[in-house]
Amino acid sequence: MTDQHEGQPKRSLSWVEFLIERAIQVSGISAIILVVLIFLFLIKEGTPAFMEVPLSGLFATRWYPIEGYYGLLPLIMGSLIVTIGAAVVSLPLGLATAIFIAEIAPDWVRNILKPFVEVLAGIPSVVIGFIGMLVFAPLIRVTLDIPTGLTAFTGVLLLAWMALPTVVSVAEDVLDAVPKTYRDAGLALGMTRWQVIWRIVLPAGRSGVLMALMLGVGRAIGETMTVMMVTGNAARMPVGLRDFFMPVRTMTATIAAEMGEVAHGSPHYHVLFAVGLTLFVITFAVNIAAASVVFRQVKRAERMLA
Amino acid sequence: MTIRVLALLLLGVALAGCRPQTVQTTTGGVSATIQNKGSDTIVNLALAWAERYQTLEPDVRIAVTGGGSGTGIAALINGTVDLANASRRIKDEEIEAARANGFEPKEHIIARDAIAIVIHPDNPVDKLTLQQISDIYSGKITNWREVGGEDRPIVLLSRETNSGTHVYFLEEVVRLGQKDNKTLFSPDTLLLPSSEGIGAEVRQNPNAIGYDGLGYVTPDMKTVAVSRGAGQPYYPPTVETVNAGQYPIARDLYIYTAGEPQGQVKAYLEWILSPAAQEIVLELGFVPVITEGERP
Repeated sequence: MTDQHEGQPKRSLSWVEFLIERAIQVSGISAIILVVLIFLFLIKEGTPAFMEVPLSGLFATRWYPIEGYYGLLPLIMGSLIVTIGAAVVSLPLGLATAIFIAEIAPDWVRNILKPFVEVLAGIPSVVIGFIGMLVFAPLIRVTLDIPTGLTAFTGVLLLAWMALPTVVSVAEDVLDAVPKTYRDAGLALGMTRWQVIWRIVLPAGRSGVLMALMLGVGRAIGETMTVMMVTGNAARMPVGLRDFFMPVRTMTATIAAEMGEVAHGSPHYHVLFAVGLTLFVITFAVNIAAASVVFRQVKRAERMLA
Repeated sequence: MTIRVLALLLLGVALAGCRPQTVQTTTGGVSATIQNKGSDTIVNLALAWAERYQTLEPDVRIAVTGGGSGTGIAALINGTVDLANASRRIKDEEIEAARANGFEPKEHIIARDAIAIVIHPDNPVDKLTLQQISDIYSGKITNWREVGGEDRPIVLLSRETNSGTHVYFLEEVVRLGQKDNKTLFSPDTLLLPSSEGIGAEVRQNPNAIGYDGLGYVTPDMKTVAVSRGAGQPYYPPTVETVNAGQYPIARDLYIYTAGEPQGQVKAYLEWILSPAAQEIVLELGFVPVITEGERP
């Protein structure tokens, strides 16, 4: 490489190269800087809440900020129920879709299915919320014979629908990356197609499948608009299985609904930032957990191949 | 290019034309600035009026700010505004303060704010007392059977806590207007971010009960007649019952002036009570004033 450029002025080339390298470096680091800045901002605005409101007040079960009730437990539980529910629904569906697209479907079906899954990812959340509010909620209320259709369950279904494209495309990429030789080896041993998928391809891509799930969870926990429109936003404390079919209020919906009118610097304002901080910490923990599992798996796979 | 230069020139001319109008001459004259401040409940209405009025009378500038009824009246007493918007009547001590500053505050009822209780059209319940509505929203009554309806659970719908309607409903209905009453909304109350959210749920769910400004009620919802207490007459929420002071969940919205309004301010207030301006009242979900000068 260096031989070819011998004749050109070396200084200007290295200067340009230096600039390009720095630009790439800056854009790479900027992501980290942004995350750190967001974190610091949330801490700055959120920590006063722990001084202004006693801990017993924050860990209470009543959320009614205009009268000074700042119990965060119903909001945290609400977010967890909806997110975990969405993950549980979207993982098997998404995985099955990915397996079908990657392993079973003939090429022409695959060429139709893949773009459609990607279009699904592009539907704005407010549109999904609208459909949920006007179509899903009444349907769920009548079919399940529950008091209202604006429930955690409705939110779970819609969020699963929204997380599906993420889960499908990541899982499908992972299955694609499993070497063809693995499948050939399985088939040569006389395994059926199903056995190859279930016993060889899936275990080989296990870490990637987990990654898909985590990305789906990340998508679900941060979703705001859809959840605000279909879960009813009642800050009630979920205790039993029955509460899955009752309204819940999530952290994201609370911030979105209340931030607009809150007085700057008031306890309510700080508590809303504390809610944001909690959300940030949860997402961060999920990502760390996913990353550590994925890295460990990669190392093991590398050992196997070596 | 020439078009762009022309546009810039025109913009310059327009800006130059604007400048003299910001000169403040509150009494008479060709151009005037009317300062209008007060209640956050009224601020959108006041803005809509100001915008429409300025298209009709380009010489008049109206500056509208919110801040609350008390802020507006205080500014009127201090002489910094011409019109104070208030969603409550002026207090005696405020009148005293105004007299001490040498004027008598003059009250103008400019619109009315009524909250309708809405239910699904198939719900047989058609009347409730204020006490019953309070018990429903605080979670003491949880089945429609207890207020003469079918054996169905009650699903409570409310606007979000940042809505002025929510706070008014809490104070006047859930707490029945009692200052020392600390009743809260039931935690089961669904807080919906928009009037449309409440409308969508009420239209399709026979269990639901909701409330909203009378102007937001559409014909496919059913409104409930309300009485102040057992044994007292029930009134449906209509423009007539609100204007007659019969419907219980309603309040007057006021503008106060320092003494009798003069000049441009007088013309503006007269326009506010005209049918054209009261049309805007209806569009923003309030109740228009029919009878003028009902109260002194």
